[in-house]
Amino acid sequence: MSSSQSLLELLSPYPPGWGGVLLAGALSTVLISLGAYLVGIAIGLVGAIGKLKGNRPVRFVLDLYTTAVRAIPELILIIGLYYAGTDGLNRILSALGLPAVEINGFVAAVAVLGIVQGAYMTEVFRGAILAIPVGQIEAAAAFGMRPRLRFRRIVLPALMPNALPGLANLWMSVTKDSALIAVVGYQELALATRIAAGNTKHYFLFFLASAALYLAITLISNVAFAALESRLRRGQPTTA
Amino acid sequence: MDFSWIFSYWPLLAAGAVQTVLLLVISVGFGFILAIGLALAQVIGPRWLKLFARGYCTCLRGTPLLIQLWLLYYGVGSLLPMIPGLRASLLWPLLREGFFFAAVSFTLNYAAYEAEVLRGALLAVPKGELEAGRSFGMSSSTLLRRIWLPRAIRIALPTIAGEVVLQLKATPLAFTVTVMDLYAVAYKVRQDTLLVYEPLMVVTVFYVCLTLIITRAFKVVEAQVPVRR
Repeated sequence: MSSSQSLLELLSPYPPGWGGVLLAGALSTVLISLGAYLVGIAIGLVGAIGKLKGNRPVRFVLDLYTTAVRAIPELILIIGLYYAGTDGLNRILSALGLPAVEINGFVAAVAVLGIVQGAYMTEVFRGAILAIPVGQIEAAAAFGMRPRLRFRRIVLPALMPNALPGLANLWMSVTKDSALIAVVGYQELALATRIAAGNTKHYFLFFLASAALYLAITLISNVAFAALESRLRRGQPTTA
Repeated sequence: MDFSWIFSYWPLLAAGAVQTVLLLVISVGFGFILAIGLALAQVIGPRWLKLFARGYCTCLRGTPLLIQLWLLYYGVGSLLPMIPGLRASLLWPLLREGFFFAAVSFTLNYAAYEAEVLRGALLAVPKGELEAGRSFGMSSSTLLRRIWLPRAIRIALPTIAGEVVLQLKATPLAFTVTVMDLYAVAYKVRQDTLLVYEPLMVVTVFYVCLTLIITRAFKVVEAQVPVRR
C-alpha cells in the first residue's frame, strides 16, 4: 500500500494524486496573505498617522484597536471577526431593506486577517515614523512642501528602511496566520491538506508536504525581503 | 446580550481554563529547557550540532503551528498504533489524548522561538564579564551555570515575557485536536445555546486577564534583578 511509487502518485499534480489540490491551496494561501498584507499596510499607515497626529478621540479609538487585537488570541479574533463581520453586514443590509448576501470566503479571509495585521502595522509604522530624523522633515517643511507632498516624498521613503524588519516579520506571521482560516472553513493550504490527508489516510505524508510548502514560502520571502532591504537602504551609510 | 448560560457552564469553563493554563505552563516550562539546549548548540556547539539546531529553528519557525499540531496529531498519531506493543503499554492512555499531542507540539514550537531569543541574549553578554569569570579560575561549565546563562536570561527577560504571551495566544489551537480547553468550551456553548458573541467575549476577557497577569509577573521578576545599563 505504501510503496514509494504510490506515495509519489499521491502527490502528483494530476487528479488521481492530490498535489494539484495542495498547490492550489498554497496559491490561495499566498493570495490571502498578500491581500491581507496590503489591507494591513493601508490600515497601518492611516493608523500610525492617526496615532501621531490625531486628536484625543481618534487616538483613544486607535489605542483600543491595537491593544485589543494584540491581546486577544488570533483564532478567537478571526472567528469573532468572521461571524461579527458577516452577521453585521447582513443586519445592515436587512435594515436597509436589502436581501442578505453570502460573503465570499476569500474576501472575508482577507478582511479579517487584514484587520489583525493592521493593528501590528500601526505600531510598526508609528515606530518607523518616530525614528526618522526630525531635521529631514523640518528641511522639507522649510522648502515649503505641503504636508501631503512631504509625506509622499520624504516621510514615506525615509520610514521604509526603519519599518522593513517589522514588516518582514509581519509577512511571516500573516502567511502562518492564514492557516487559521482553515478553521472557519475557507479552503487554503491547511484545509486542502486536511482534506487530502483525510481522503487518502496518508496523514503523515500530506502534512509533511504542506509543511514543506509553507517553509518554501517562508524561505523565498526571506530572500525577497533581504533584496528589498538592500534596495531601500541604498545610499545609506553601511555600518560594520 | 445573554450571559445566563455562565451559571450552568461554570464547571466546564473552569476545567477549560485549567487545561489552557496547563498547556501554557507545560509548553513554556519544557520549551524553555529545550530552548537553552538549542541556543547553546547554536552558539558553542560543534558544526553538525549548530547546523541541526539552526535547521530545527528555521523549520519550526517557518511553518504554521496549526500544521505542526496536525502533523503530530493526525500524522504521527496515525503511525503510532503500528508500533508493536505500544497499544498495550502504560503510555497508551496518554498517547491517545489530543492533549498530549498539543502539549508536545506547543513545546517544540515554543522552544524554536525561544532559542532564537536566547541565542541573541547569549551573544549579548558582555565579553568582559565572561573573561572576569575565567580569570577567577571558573571551569566552563561553572561559568555557564553561574554567569553566562543567568546573565543571558536577564537580558532576554523582556522578550521572554512577550513570547509567553504569544504562546498563551496560540493555545486555543488545541481545540482542533479535541482538547477541551477554554476556547473549546466557548465553542461548545455556542453550539448548545446558539449564542455567538457572548461565550467568545467571556473567554476573551479571561485571556486578556491572563495576559495582564503574565506581564505583571514578569515586571515583578525584572524588578528583582537590578540591571545597570
